[in-house]
Amino acid sequence: MIADPSLSLALFAVLLALASAAVAPLAGRRPRLLRRGAVPLLGMAGAMALVAGLWTLSAGTSASAILPLGLPWLPWHVRLDPLAAVFLVLIGLVTTAVGFYGRDYVRDFERGRDSLTALGGFSGLFLAGMLLVVLADDAFVFMVAWELMSLASYFLVAFQHEQAANRRAAFLYLLMAHIGGLAILLGFGVLAGFGGGFDFASLRAAELSPLWAGVAFALALLGFGMKAGLVPLHAWLPEAHPVAPSHISALMSGVMLKVAVYGFIRVVFDLNGAVHWSWGVALIGIGGLSALVGVLFALMQTDLKRLLAYSSVENLGIIFIALGLALLFQATAHSNLAALALVAALYHALNHALFKSLLFLGAGAILHSTHERDLDQMGGLLRRMPWTGSFFLIGCLSISALPPFNGFVSEWLIFQAALQAWNLDSGVLRSLVPIASAVLALTGALVAATFVKVYGIAFLGQARSRHVRRARPSPRGMWVGQGLLAAFCVLFGVLPTQILSLLDPIAVQLLGNGVPQADAGGWLWLTPISAETASYSAPLTILLLALIAGAAILWFRRRTSWRVRRCDPWDCGFAPPTPRMQYTAASFAQPIRRVFALLFVIDEAQETGADGVTRYRLKITDRTWGWLYLPLARTVDSASRQVARLQSGSVRVYLGWTLMTLLVLLWIIAL
Amino acid sequence: MIVWLLALLQALLAVALAPLLVGWVRKVKAWLQNRRGAPLLQPYADLRKLLTKDTRVAHTASPLFRVAPYIVFVATWLACVTVPLIALDLPTAGIADIIVLVGLLALARFFLALAGMDVGTAFGGMGASREMLISALAEPALLMAVFTLAMTAHSTSLVGVMEHHLTDGFLLRPSYLFAFGALVLVALAECGRIPIDNPATHLELTMVHEAMLLEYTGRYLALMEWAAWIKLLLYGVLLVNVFLPWGIATAFTPTALALGLIAVVVKLALLGAALAVGETVTAKMRLFRVPGFLNLALLLGLLGLLSHVILEVGA
Repeated sequence: MIADPSLSLALFAVLLALASAAVAPLAGRRPRLLRRGAVPLLGMAGAMALVAGLWTLSAGTSASAILPLGLPWLPWHVRLDPLAAVFLVLIGLVTTAVGFYGRDYVRDFERGRDSLTALGGFSGLFLAGMLLVVLADDAFVFMVAWELMSLASYFLVAFQHEQAANRRAAFLYLLMAHIGGLAILLGFGVLAGFGGGFDFASLRAAELSPLWAGVAFALALLGFGMKAGLVPLHAWLPEAHPVAPSHISALMSGVMLKVAVYGFIRVVFDLNGAVHWSWGVALIGIGGLSALVGVLFALMQTDLKRLLAYSSVENLGIIFIALGLALLFQATAHSNLAALALVAALYHALNHALFKSLLFLGAGAILHSTHERDLDQMGGLLRRMPWTGSFFLIGCLSISALPPFNGFVSEWLIFQAALQAWNLDSGVLRSLVPIASAVLALTGALVAATFVKVYGIAFLGQARSRHVRRARPSPRGMWVGQGLLAAFCVLFGVLPTQILSLLDPIAVQLLGNGVPQADAGGWLWLTPISAETASYSAPLTILLLALIAGAAILWFRRRTSWRVRRCDPWDCGFAPPTPRMQYTAASFAQPIRRVFALLFVIDEAQETGADGVTRYRLKITDRTWGWLYLPLARTVDSASRQVARLQSGSVRVYLGWTLMTLLVLLWIIAL
Repeated sequence: MIVWLLALLQALLAVALAPLLVGWVRKVKAWLQNRRGAPLLQPYADLRKLLTKDTRVAHTASPLFRVAPYIVFVATWLACVTVPLIALDLPTAGIADIIVLVGLLALARFFLALAGMDVGTAFGGMGASREMLISALAEPALLMAVFTLAMTAHSTSLVGVMEHHLTDGFLLRPSYLFAFGALVLVALAECGRIPIDNPATHLELTMVHEAMLLEYTGRYLALMEWAAWIKLLLYGVLLVNVFLPWGIATAFTPTALALGLIAVVVKLALLGAALAVGETVTAKMRLFRVPGFLNLALLLGLLGLLSHVILEVGA
């Protein structure tokens, strides 16, 4: 039935994910089945997807098939091309690591009251949905899979539903996901209206007028942007992602947001052929705003998982800046530069999947050992949990875009693409793009501040509470999962030319132009445009770093007595410091909060309670709530109150409305 | 082979010269204040003393505290290695362009700030928090200035920028003037000089860089201090060699190299004297005045970029 081995492997991965979901209902009776059956199956599904994706990428081919499922006149079309393959790799990498990690993480829930069936079943469905979205080759399968993904993740967000805050977050998520889904559906509708069919081949062939192409783009941006958490549509993200179990948070932040990026690339670059430069400008603007707002709010958080969720908003912003650059260059007929920007966006998507999942798994490990999400209660965890601490450090270095780790390579490529703006003809665009890169630079520096704060407060210093002081190292499966992701973070940072050559077919597929010059100087040197313009050699950097460090240490060993004595901290000779005297997460962020005060709604006060104890209270709220969401909610409320007037309770009035509707419909048909 | 040897020599030279530059700045400052001051070679003696002393580490320190000095030193040195000091076209310059250089300095700063927070004292956290604020505001300004140069030369490699400059001859470009101004302000902030931070202070509440080093002793302190001096040298070389590259050796002949060395030493001496004068006539500013200072740098950087894009690209 299906000739291509990699496509059948990918479909097998979907089946494995469904099997994992099917095992879960039995876990209600036998809790161990979740750990022994459902979670390993999930991991295997991920590994299959990884293999299928890598196979397709290395062969550079695409395969399609028609499944005997779905509507009679619209069977399911599936297709595995390089673009789908790279996202399969992304899903596969993270899910495999989650498979290792989840086995030990879900043990906590075995004794709890939460339904194991819901956890295992919806995790499987969630993964199956994400895989199918990537494999879909017609709008129908795409939407079915998309809704499967959204609904399954809703139930995972609502997993611990005893807490009202979680229920509220889940509802907000469901609402936003469906408004987004509606926009995507309408976008497909616009394309299908011109294409004459719902399969992607006919959507691709559709000839759109510029106006309708713009409408389709706007709908795609709205729909996928809502899922990707772009500002100002991000409000659900920091609420929903942290409340899911940590390994699911990793999948949601690391993978599901990338599925939204996939959908956007598929619709805008692949299906909606004609691009306009103003779309690129819109994306750069929205991306820049998301990056800056995301990181500033991340910096203000004291809840570790919430902080990581806000940082996802920032990273998605960076990905959309790169996509905007790609659109801008493509529309102005610089397709080699567009290819560079697109490849940079994909690279950053892969990187973000790796390091954000790693960090969420680390946050989960802390939660597992200390039952604590509040940074201000943590401290000194590096000595209590050395493995988690070391891997978390790699995650922090990667996300802060520091060489030689992976985050740096993708941001460097984005900078390189932005610096080619002098090729553009319009002076306005020429000056706009570098300003966007200034925003990117500011974002990068603030990310570093954020993760110095996270690591310094959580893992260094002294424990700020008793249960954190008693933290135990996490079980082996958990750090194996983290270690896998950390290893890939290093690998993606040190071997950029290899990764670029894997990503190259996608640029060729979508833009008709790759980045062949990237490894022109040999695999050691990354030269995105030409060797004279810019070069970066991560393996050589690592080698030199190691050599110099080794030489320095050897020299010191020879020269000096290698004796280190332990003593009390000096701290300028004041009284011995207690853990309470350390800087907290809130005080670390205070200078930056003050500098960027305009962006936040800050509620700060010192209150003396009835017990005579003075407490400091700080609450920082997103301005978008007041500017966008609450007015919108009020408008919807009052509109529905107006509509409710129809409901008078009298049968005669209802019959009158029915008759009127019938007449109007008949009139429309008669036209 | 010979070029790699030269590159290695240049890398060692940068490390050897860094304490001298610091000694020179201190000496000029002392003269300006009517003091005799410490000898010119005092920083070398300080390093020697620290390196031979026993090291003390707080009970509460984690392993990161002991690894950090090496990482800070090596990353700063590597950043310095990629900057052409006496000869232009050495192979080490290809390892990293300007953006990687900024990244390497950020790596050093990341570990410096983490080391400050490690022992769990109030001063360490304060220093780290302030350092990250200053760097967050300085980095965009730095990159704006750098982008101005990069867009003029159509290259982000320092060699490309300097070669472009050398072949173009001395042109008074408005964009370069703005970029130079921005880079000077950023260099003051990043190297922790007056008016942002005072390298000579040990008054608790005004420290930034020193607060992070407070718990270090012995060879760890030596490495950290040395890294800070290398960073000062690096910014100095960036300023003098990128904007005024004349004198740098473009061929690998002994005379050209000797000339290159003399040129860079003279340029750095002049820059160091200017820094000393600047530090003598200004006072340190309050922390919350720093954002204004760095916004000025960002503004200059942006003006440089815009004047390049608007005035110079079409022309």
